[in-house]
Amino acid sequence: MTGAHHAMTTPILSARDVRKSYGRGANRFDALKGVSLDVLEGESIAIIGKSGSGKSTLMHVLALLDQPTDGTIELAGEDTRSLSGAALNRARNQTFGFVFQQFFLTPNASVLENVMLPLKIAGVGRAERRRRALAVLEQLELADKAKNKAVSLSGGQKQRSVIARALVNRPRVIFADEPTGNLDTATGAVVEDILFDLNREHGITLIIVTHDEELASRCDRRVHIRDGLIVDIVERAPDAERAATAEERAA
Amino acid sequence: MNPVDLVGSAVGNTFRSKTRTILTILAIFVGAFTLTITNGLGTGINRYIDDTVAAMGAEDVMTVTKVAENATDASDGPREYDPDAIVGEQNGPPGTTNVVAPIGSAELDELAGIDGVVRVQPAKRVDVDSIAHDGGTEYEIGVGGFVSGMRLQLAAGEQPDIEASDFQVVIPDSYLDVLGFDDADAAIGEPVTLAVTDAERTRHEVEATVVGVAEASLGTTSSAVPNDALNDALFAAQSTGLDASELDAYSQATVWFDPASSADEVAALEADLADAGYDSTTVAQQLGAFKSVIDGIVLVLNAFAIIALLAASFGIVNTLLMSVQERTREIGLMKAMGMGSGKVFGLFSLEAVFIGFLGSAIGAGLGMIAGSAISSALGGALLADLPGLTLIAFDPVSIAAIIIVVMGVAFLAGTLPAVRAARADPVESLRYE
Ligand SMILES: Nc1ncnc2c1ncn2[C@@H]1O[C@H](COP(=O)(O)OP(=O)(O)OP(=O)(O)O)[C@@H](O)[C@H]1O
Ligand SMILES: [Mg+2]
Repeated sequence: MTGAHHAMTTPILSARDVRKSYGRGANRFDALKGVSLDVLEGESIAIIGKSGSGKSTLMHVLALLDQPTDGTIELAGEDTRSLSGAALNRARNQTFGFVFQQFFLTPNASVLENVMLPLKIAGVGRAERRRRALAVLEQLELADKAKNKAVSLSGGQKQRSVIARALVNRPRVIFADEPTGNLDTATGAVVEDILFDLNREHGITLIIVTHDEELASRCDRRVHIRDGLIVDIVERAPDAERAATAEERAA
Repeated sequence: MNPVDLVGSAVGNTFRSKTRTILTILAIFVGAFTLTITNGLGTGINRYIDDTVAAMGAEDVMTVTKVAENATDASDGPREYDPDAIVGEQNGPPGTTNVVAPIGSAELDELAGIDGVVRVQPAKRVDVDSIAHDGGTEYEIGVGGFVSGMRLQLAAGEQPDIEASDFQVVIPDSYLDVLGFDDADAAIGEPVTLAVTDAERTRHEVEATVVGVAEASLGTTSSAVPNDALNDALFAAQSTGLDASELDAYSQATVWFDPASSADEVAALEADLADAGYDSTTVAQQLGAFKSVIDGIVLVLNAFAIIALLAASFGIVNTLLMSVQERTREIGLMKAMGMGSGKVFGLFSLEAVFIGFLGSAIGAGLGMIAGSAISSALGGALLADLPGLTLIAFDPVSIAAIIIVVMGVAFLAGTLPAVRAARADPVESLRYE
């Protein structure tokens, strides 16, 4: 499934007039000044803007990691303010996967241990989480590194481990903050391909924060953000890649 | 995270920074080790005292004396002479004389009538001049009382039989040599001759059979212990020539109460006895003062051990604060991935508890080994005169209590770092510099 426009039903995530301020009084800083955005299931969205424009802040709020100062976030139509802490934790654990700009792998634990972490948090039994983690590592061509310590991997392998960790609980949405920021162009391209494959083949919604115009142009929609406000949303015209995808599917 | 994984992760995290963990465990080890030894000292000595209580008298028995009418405090000045008063045998502080009124059959009846008294018997105090075996040399000896329920610490033979009508005696092991016995077993079944002198200075000899040999202990050092039949015979011999009224005056009586009585019931009985004009002492009371001194010393020693543990608990706080600091991002990541604050708290407190467990288990284990070695070394040398005394003894309950208390202390020490970890804001912890 191509995703972008197939689900005209309820958006999986929607932000309504979200504001986020840091500090108080004279020190008060408005990082988001009223942002509304619907994210449809299966689409890929790039959030782009200059440094300090509020991209990460928006992502954290959408990912239910941070509470907006004002406004609401709806998860599959449900106002998340009404959810308990445990329900929010469950939503993040079961529905979301995270790829941060830095790897945040536990260096002295094995790749397998690192990838199993979300399943361990979810309370999945030992044998089952091992099986699922190995399956994901296989999918990302990292199976031979499962026993290696995370610290011994190359940058690209680390980022693939991180994607494996984000995928292991079969999320519906993957949040990626500058997923290629730490990688050279070639490795970055491989990681990008993996993410877009997941989007195309498994219908996983992608929300990518990036500076990189080229990466952004591969997404279904580009959300331009400046000083805490959405200034423009650009839909990708049916272009070469879209055609290529159609060909692939036809084949 | 399920509980098994939580414990597993906590245990795994403990060994991530080995040097730091080992140093912290070492600090707790010192405290737990000391606490085990000092506690063992208390257990050992008190256990010895408890065994001795059984050797000094039965638990359901109290010694009763009648308070003399003019038995005022020594500080009240010289006491008026009372021809009927008896100088009691109960030991008081040096310098005091315990003047008691005689107990006759009227008093015995009165005592028997008091609620809670099961049985009463006059204490027939016998002064034996000497003991001899097989016509050999005579040796001076004291005679101790024996009541049912009492258990002598025997090197050989058996307890004297209260019911028996033949004359039985248990002799102290220090008399074996001089009486010409090769060892304790050789004395059993042998006849001995006890000599008493009556009021008219006539000498009487009574023959008895040795049924047991007592080990010297705190309670009965060097007295022969007769059974009732022998004691009565010795008393009768000693009282030859006394008239009836003189016979009917004992310095003290022994009162039996229900062995199932609670401490409160015993206290109530003593209060009733006091109202009727009698002083009473249980065997436990006689040793109570001694026990409280031991308990006091052990308490002070334990206090030192606990101070060491408190110092160690700051080590735990420090260690865990450092690991919370180091693992800020990991904590942030786990929380971002949906780990609840309660679980994060649990993870770090379990780590603290585990450190406490390791320190205390190793401390208690080595403490027990060292304590046993010390007490067997001392038992062979310094304390050889007190057979039956294990200076440092251990009972599983107090060892378990030490380990649990240390784990509790470790948990408390871990709360500050654990709360800090639980409160960490995932966004803050993941924000890279
Ligand atoms: N905890 C905070 N306290 C105060 N100000 C904050 C805090 N977090 C973020 N900000 C401010 O909010 C603004 C938006 O931050 P955000 O991290 O969303 O920027 P960004 O668009 O992701 O930038 P970059 O591309 O550099 O990552 C910045 O000006 C930042 O200084
Ligand atoms: Mg950012």
